[in-house]
Amino acid sequence: MSAAAAVWGPRDPSALPRAALTVLIIALLWPGFRLAEFDLAVLFDPRNRDTVGKFIGTFFPLATSADFLQLLLKSTLETLAIATAGMVIAMLVGCPLALVVTRSLSISRIGPGRGYILGRVLRLPARFALMLFRSIPEIVWALLFVRAVGLGPAAGLLAIGVAYGGMLGKVYSEILESGDVRPTTALLETGSGRFVAFFYGMWPAALPELVSYTVYRWECAVRASVIMGFVGAGGLGQQMELSMRMLNGGEVSTILLIFLLLVVLADTLSALLRKLTA
Amino acid sequence: MRPMHWAVIAALASAVWASFAYLSLDLGHLLTTEAQALMWNYVVSFFPPDLSGEYLVQIGQGTLETIAISAVGTALAAVFGMLLALPASGRYGTVARAVARLVLNFLRSIPELVWAALMVIAAGLGPFAGTLALAWHTTGVIGRLFAETLENAPAEPVQALQLSGCRPSLAFLYGTMPNVLPQFVAYSLYRWEINIRMAAILGVVGAGGLGQMLYFSLSLFHQQQAMTVILAMLVLVVLVDTASAWLRRAMTGG
Repeated sequence: MSAAAAVWGPRDPSALPRAALTVLIIALLWPGFRLAEFDLAVLFDPRNRDTVGKFIGTFFPLATSADFLQLLLKSTLETLAIATAGMVIAMLVGCPLALVVTRSLSISRIGPGRGYILGRVLRLPARFALMLFRSIPEIVWALLFVRAVGLGPAAGLLAIGVAYGGMLGKVYSEILESGDVRPTTALLETGSGRFVAFFYGMWPAALPELVSYTVYRWECAVRASVIMGFVGAGGLGQQMELSMRMLNGGEVSTILLIFLLLVVLADTLSALLRKLTA
Repeated sequence: MRPMHWAVIAALASAVWASFAYLSLDLGHLLTTEAQALMWNYVVSFFPPDLSGEYLVQIGQGTLETIAISAVGTALAAVFGMLLALPASGRYGTVARAVARLVLNFLRSIPELVWAALMVIAAGLGPFAGTLALAWHTTGVIGRLFAETLENAPAEPVQALQLSGCRPSLAFLYGTMPNVLPQFVAYSLYRWEINIRMAAILGVVGAGGLGQMLYFSLSLFHQQQAMTVILAMLVLVVLVDTASAWLRRAMTGG
């Protein structure tokens, strides 16, 4: 054993490839740092530090004036209302589209008949609509609706309705497809209509899963409606944006605390609902 | 139907009714011909998208910026997450574990967009704020996942190394790391995929990337340019989805 090996111990055989990989990753990330304008000095710029320091300094104590708390209660209820009403609109958008695109509910699939062309013509745009609705993020929808219907909860409601409508439609149809489709097929082949086949063939078996997914989405909608407030779509988020703009740290930390409580509450409520309906 | 079900249905129905009542929206007015004409004009003003070469170059830059924000944010988060995962996995005692978990939970429960709004105040408008915002939130997520991986890693290799006289740090590097590294890489790549999507929209609060371009163009009533940005976002998301699905299939050999 050489002297170096005695000091350093046996050499690690894969040290070189590992070092090379690390260098490669850093080399690949380097332009990323440039593009992202990564500059820690900005954070420690004296003027900047002063503002931020003051802002963070005001995070405590929390803002607890009666007026402000009343305002918060109002916007918290507004957030919950946006999420709940938004989910109703999402279901109004998603359910019909899901029924249209679900392949196992297609009568024309059995054989050429009256509805064959209509089915083909209807299914494609429905699929496209679902894809478009859910691929554009909800906050972009919110941004668009704020400009179309003005600041306030209506924009948030419509944004959740459209974006979540797309998601619900897709997942509903997936749930319906993944279940046992034999009862439905039997009903359709013996001449029943789409709705009858759906309500007697699919509904009973798929209901718990449909409900549980919808409740889960409601939980997401609560979070989303807070976030959409940042672009002016009402609720708690809009309040938080205002407080941040005025650099009022106490209000920001109070709102953050309420937001966290709200998320926990939605979480618990959705777990409870899923247990009750399972 | 059990009576319980009826109670739940009644409660849900009244919650829905209360929500609409509370918002007291005038949705009917959206259905008047006048409002519909306005809406239609608004929709039409988005077409055709602005596909001039000059603007497409800007879009390309915005897309690169978005990818850079997500990549750097995720890389930073992987490093910070690793550092926090060590105490969070109980390596330095119960107190350190509880503190590290508290920090991770805090980082994770504040959404990216809220972090972005805070970072815009701290670091100014631009991609740097978005990078930091993604880094904070993702550190919380990744740190927790890493900590759980570390806790579940088999203890025998480390014990074998330590019993044969290895230092704890080296025992960790050569006993634990080889077992957990593939999982770490998988988690980091998975979060990167999510973060690309996130980075595209963080800009609406001023944190750079495509989102900021969207916000600007909508604020200046350049709807056609906004449409181009939305299309670019869609293309980016589809590309990321396809690439990750392809990579997953290739790596699992399926």
